[in-house]
Amino acid sequence: MIELSNITKIYRMGNVDITVLSNVSLSVRKGELIAVMGPSGSGKSTLMNMIGCLDRPTSGTYRFEDREISSMTDDELASIRNVKIGFVFQTFNLLPRFSALKNVELPLVYSGVPARLRAERAMPLLRQVGLSDRMYHKPTELSGGQQQRVAIARALANHPPLLLADEPTGNLDSRSGVEILNILTGLNEQGVTIMIVTHDKDVAARCKRTINLKDGRIINDRVNA
Amino acid sequence: MNLLETFRVAFEAIMSNKVRSGLTMLGVIIGVMAVILLVSIGEGAQVYITKELTGLGTNLLIITPGKTSTRGGFHPPSAGTARKLTYDDSLALRRRAWLLTDAVPLVFGTGKIKYQNMGRDMMIIGTTPEFQRVRNLFVGTGNYLSQGDVDSKSKVIVLGTKVKEELFGAENPLGKVVTLSDARYRVIGVMQKKGTSLGMDIDDIVYVPVTSGQELFDTDALFEIIASTPRSEDVDRAIAQIKDILIRRHAHKEDFTIQTQGAMLSTMNTILSVLTAVLGGIAGISLLVGGIGIMNIMLVSVRERTREIGIRKALGARNKDIMAQFMIEAITLSGAGGVIGILLGVGLALLIPLFVTVLPTSVSAWSIIMAFTFSAAVGVFFGVYPARKAALQDPIHALRYE
Repeated sequence: MIELSNITKIYRMGNVDITVLSNVSLSVRKGELIAVMGPSGSGKSTLMNMIGCLDRPTSGTYRFEDREISSMTDDELASIRNVKIGFVFQTFNLLPRFSALKNVELPLVYSGVPARLRAERAMPLLRQVGLSDRMYHKPTELSGGQQQRVAIARALANHPPLLLADEPTGNLDSRSGVEILNILTGLNEQGVTIMIVTHDKDVAARCKRTINLKDGRIINDRVNA
Repeated sequence: MNLLETFRVAFEAIMSNKVRSGLTMLGVIIGVMAVILLVSIGEGAQVYITKELTGLGTNLLIITPGKTSTRGGFHPPSAGTARKLTYDDSLALRRRAWLLTDAVPLVFGTGKIKYQNMGRDMMIIGTTPEFQRVRNLFVGTGNYLSQGDVDSKSKVIVLGTKVKEELFGAENPLGKVVTLSDARYRVIGVMQKKGTSLGMDIDDIVYVPVTSGQELFDTDALFEIIASTPRSEDVDRAIAQIKDILIRRHAHKEDFTIQTQGAMLSTMNTILSVLTAVLGGIAGISLLVGGIGIMNIMLVSVRERTREIGIRKALGARNKDIMAQFMIEAITLSGAGGVIGILLGVGLALLIPLFVTVLPTSVSAWSIIMAFTFSAAVGVFFGVYPARKAALQDPIHALRYE
């Protein structure tokens, strides 16, 4: 499903070049549940942005479902993010002015689903994450765990094959964290490929595969027992 | 993302910050209002002048001494000249120019008029009986000047209604004697009430025979001759006739100027059109300032919503979706401001004449259309830069933005 070969990413900060990723090669098959670990500044987030088509590599090739990403236009990348990839962020990133339902409907707006059909598609997703009685609440009226569940429902709006979660439990108490993790593993069992960036060894332990990054390189890539 | 959806999002964004949106709109509102108001005042003046000039009587030809230009323009009544226009000139025109119905000699000036212990300075016109006909100003009570009065240089005077009110009050002025610059004049008539025309109070004038007027102002010249011809088709031929007669009398020199009413009208209209354009242009500047206000607030809005832009992009919004969102927001602000400005501008333009009678207004469709188009264009023009800035945000940086 995902083929990264010799991906290098260099940021220019003033006159200094900073190599964030160097020669990263990685392949992810459909249905995997992967934890990406590593200290701060090891390039985890950059790797996830790359895979999430939010960023382009300085060099190397990235194939997503057998299509070369680095030669795509901005609009094509936007369309892939919209339909093929769901994002879950550490800070939830819900739009504060919109209700939970409207937030979940947002990706549908950009995939051209007519307004009257959007709620019809968004409601089951909110039910699936256990928020059937919170659909019309604004994010500020929801707890952290609930907000993250809205974010997951939003990520699933277009039923993407790949879900990218950047420290999804980082801002949550342990009980909410476990709930979120349960939802994610449940989705994985339904066939969604999931990559989770985490510092938490307990989170990593529940994944099938763990990738360790350090200084922009993969130092360890193993299948969990 | 369809257009309706984009409008809804823009509307929600505008409503989520009512005070700021309102103040931003105010700039456009004031600009559009000013454009409509000032243009309608300018156009009102034009309509008013046209009405007043055509109301003076039809097909008038004004002959003034001195050769200044061939057509149109305003000339001081007594420009330096070799030979003056005389009362005999007007008589000659009346006798020999058969295309003219009238050739009315005119002198005017100011003098002190006194009755008993009341007195003040006054506009005095010296003329002949036909003046009533060419200027559409008629005597109300008593008699107007007669040809006999003119021939015999009678010391008789006809008063405007305002003069009569001030000097005599309710008293009957007919037959009373007033003093006009140390000479005694007998009141023979009072004019009909007429009001103001072209900034001049018609009721605040007194009339004496032209011959007496010349004596009063110590001159043998006329300030102008008003001639009239019954049919507008004859104006050109009438001019030729006047020239023919006067040139022969003036030692074969064309030392006078003939202005037609049409030429005066078009001159006035040109001046007022320029004035209207200048007023509209000045008001347009305030609309421009309103536009800058929109750009300013849109830039703030883009910055504030950087994170929202990042989220929308991560969820699949294309650059043009973001661009459209902010453009429509700017256009909605300026468009709504434009509509409110039009309503206020038109409303004020219709109200002003009710309270300030000297300021006629005329609201024209084109000024409304122009103001609205201009305000929408302002939204587009000043919306593009912030919207582009929003659309080109790097999604990663936008997502991290605090």
